[in-house]
Amino acid sequence: MTVTFPKKAVSARAKAMHVEAAERNITTQVYIPEVVRGVAVSMQHFFANTKEMLRGERPDPVHERLDPGISTISYPEQKRPYPERFRGMHRLTLRANGDPRCVACLCCSTACPAQCIFIEAGEYAEGDPRRGHERFPVRFVIDELRCIFCGFCVEACPCDAIRMDTGVHPVPYDSRDQFIYKKDLLMSFVDRDGGRRDDNPRHEPGDASHPGIDRTAATH
Amino acid sequence: MVILYTVLKIALMIAFTLNMGAILTWADRRQSAMIQDRVGPNRAVIKIGKFELRLAGLLHPLADGIKFVFKEDFRPPRADKLLFGIAPILAVASVLIVLAVIPFGDTLCLEGLTKAGIPVEECARNAEKGVFPLALTVAPMGIGLLFVFAISGQGIIAAAMAGASSDNKFSLMSALRAGSQMVSYEVTLGMSLIGAIMLYGTVRFDEMVRWQSENAWGIFVQPFAFVLFFVAAVAETKRVPFDLPEAESELVSGYFTEYSGMKFAMFYLGEYMEVVTSSMLIVTIFLGGWALPFLHRDGIHVTLGDVDLIKQLGGMLQGGMPDNETVKAMATTGVAPLMHWGVVLIGVLGFFGKVLITCFLQTFVRWSLPRFRYDQLMRLCWKVLLPASLANIMLTGVGYLALKSLGPSVEPTLKVLSDLAQWLVALIVPFIVIRGVIGFAKNKRREVWKVGSSSAFADRPGGTTVGPMQA
Ligand code: SF4
Ligand code: SF4
Repeated sequence: MTVTFPKKAVSARAKAMHVEAAERNITTQVYIPEVVRGVAVSMQHFFANTKEMLRGERPDPVHERLDPGISTISYPEQKRPYPERFRGMHRLTLRANGDPRCVACLCCSTACPAQCIFIEAGEYAEGDPRRGHERFPVRFVIDELRCIFCGFCVEACPCDAIRMDTGVHPVPYDSRDQFIYKKDLLMSFVDRDGGRRDDNPRHEPGDASHPGIDRTAATH
Repeated sequence: MVILYTVLKIALMIAFTLNMGAILTWADRRQSAMIQDRVGPNRAVIKIGKFELRLAGLLHPLADGIKFVFKEDFRPPRADKLLFGIAPILAVASVLIVLAVIPFGDTLCLEGLTKAGIPVEECARNAEKGVFPLALTVAPMGIGLLFVFAISGQGIIAAAMAGASSDNKFSLMSALRAGSQMVSYEVTLGMSLIGAIMLYGTVRFDEMVRWQSENAWGIFVQPFAFVLFFVAAVAETKRVPFDLPEAESELVSGYFTEYSGMKFAMFYLGEYMEVVTSSMLIVTIFLGGWALPFLHRDGIHVTLGDVDLIKQLGGMLQGGMPDNETVKAMATTGVAPLMHWGVVLIGVLGFFGKVLITCFLQTFVRWSLPRFRYDQLMRLCWKVLLPASLANIMLTGVGYLALKSLGPSVEPTLKVLSDLAQWLVALIVPFIVIRGVIGFAKNKRREVWKVGSSSAFADRPGGTTVGPMQA
C-alpha cells in the first residue's frame, strides 16, 4: 500500500527565499561576460564611494546606515551613540553636600556576581544624627576589569547610590591596576548629559518627608 | 653623451616602476576599500605641531618602507643560505630587466626639437650632422619581445628557489604551484602574441607601436588575443584570481612565507612592479604604446577615409587669415604641425597614462574575482586558453591571406576602418571624462532614519559626528 502525504503548501515567503543555483548557460560558461559584469559592479561601488569621499558626503553611520555607501565609524573621532539604557562605567551619586549617597550597606558587593566591589564601611562620628542609622564608605573600589557590566549592583542598591548611566565604557589602559577605580574617581563621573542628576530625593531623618522611623523606636 | 642619455632613461623607467609599485600597494588597499564600502587605511600621519599630513593614506607605503628596513632579517636556521638570499634579488631583477626593451616614447630627433618632426630614417641619415636619433627605450633591441619572454621566465626560478630553499612545507608547495602555473601560462602568453606578430611583421616594440599608430591599435585588430594575453599576464603576475602560489588561506603566503624585512619587501614590491611591467607590455602591444589617435610625428592628421578634416579646416580658416603660415600648411598638406618635442612629450605622457589605466583595471579584476581551484586553473590554461590562442593564430593567418589575395581593392575600406578605430578611441575618452564629471556633480538623495535612542543621541551635540571624518 502506498501512502501519499498531503502536499505541503509553500508559503509565498518560502518561495521568495528560494535561491536558484547559478544557471549554466552560454554567458556563464564563456566566463568573460560574467567577469565583465563583476568588474562593472566593483566599478559602480568604487566610483560611487570615491565620489562621496571626495565630496565629503559619506552617509551618517547612524541616521543613514541603511543607505548604500561607506558607513564606517571612524572610531576615536566618531563614536557610536549608545542606547539610552546602555550600562556603562559606574558612578557614585552624590548628596547635595557632595558626600556619596552610599550608606555602605554592602548590598551591591553582595549582589555582584563577579565579586569585584570592595567596600570598607565607616561609622559616623559620635553625636552625628546619622550615627546608628547609616554608615559611609571609607573605601569604595570597583575592579572594572573584572566587572561583567550586569547591572546587578545598580538594582541592588537601596539608596540609588550607584549608577551605570555614564554612557561611556572604561578606556583601555596599560596596566591592570589602572582599572581599579577608587571612590573619588567613581564620585567624579557624571551622567551622559554631564549632570549629576539623581532622581530619587533623599529623605533625611528630621525632614518633613521622612517617614519617621528611626532606631529609637526599634525594639532590638 | 649617449651614456648620459641611457642613464637618464634607466632612471626614468626604474623610478616610474618602483614608485608605481609603491603607489599600487596603496591603490590596492584604498581601491579595494572603496569597492567593498570600507574606508581603507588613512591613519599614517606626519604631525608637525597642529598640522597633520595624511594624503588620504599615501603615507602608508612610506611607513611600510621604514618598517621593512628596520625589521629583523630572519632566516630559518636550516634554510639554504645562498639560494634563500639570491631568490628575492632574482625576483626583482627579472621584473626590472624587462623594462629595458619597452619603448616609452617616439624616437627623439635631437636638434630638430622645435621643428616639425621628421621620419626616423631621415633622422638616422642626418646622424653625421649631429641630429642623431635618440630612441626612447633603454636598450632598443632587435629581439624585443623574445627578450621579454626570456627574462620574465626567470621569475619562475625566483619563486621556485625561494620556496625550495626556505625549509617550509607550505613554501615548497607554493614553489611547485608557482612553477607549474607560470610555465603553463607562459605558453599561452607567447602563443596569443603570434597573431599580433604576424600582423605587425616584427618583434621590435617600437616598430609594433609605429604599425599601430599608422593602422589601428592592437586591441582592434587582435581583440581575441588581447583578452588571452590579459588573462595570461594576470596569471603570470600571480595575483587574484590566479594567486594559487601565495593563497593566503591555504599556504600562509606561499613561497615568501619565511621572508621578512627588506627581502620580503622585494617579493612584495616585485609583485606590484610586475603588474606595472605587464601593463606596459599590454599597452605597447595592444593599446598603441605611446601612439595617440591622430597624433603623428609631424603633427595632427585627422582623416576619415578620403576626407581630410585638417585640410578642410585649414581651407576654412584661410578665408579669415590668408597670411598665416600654419593655416597654409594645414590647407595644403592636411597636417596641423606641432613641435617635435611636444609630440614626443605628449606621447610619453600618453604611454604612462595608459599604463596607469591598465594597472587600475588589473586591480579591479583582482578585487572582483574569486580564486580558482588548482585543477580549474590548469584546465583553463591547457584546455581553454591554449586552444583559443592556437585558433587565434589560424584565424589571423587566414584573414591576413584573404585580405592580401583581395589585393589593393580593399585598401580604401581598410583605411576607413582604421580611421574609425582611431575615431572611436578619440571619442570614447572625452565621453568617459564628461560622464565622470556629470556623475561627480550629480547630487544624491539620502534617506534619513531617525529611530531608536541611539539615533536621538546621535543628534545631540557630541553625537556620532563629533569629530571630522577623515578622508
Ligand atoms: S555591574 Fe555586575 S559585575 Fe559589575 S560591579 Fe555591578 S554587580 Fe558587579
Ligand atoms: S548597595 Fe548602594 S548603598 Fe549599599 S554599599 Fe552598594 S552603593 Fe552603597
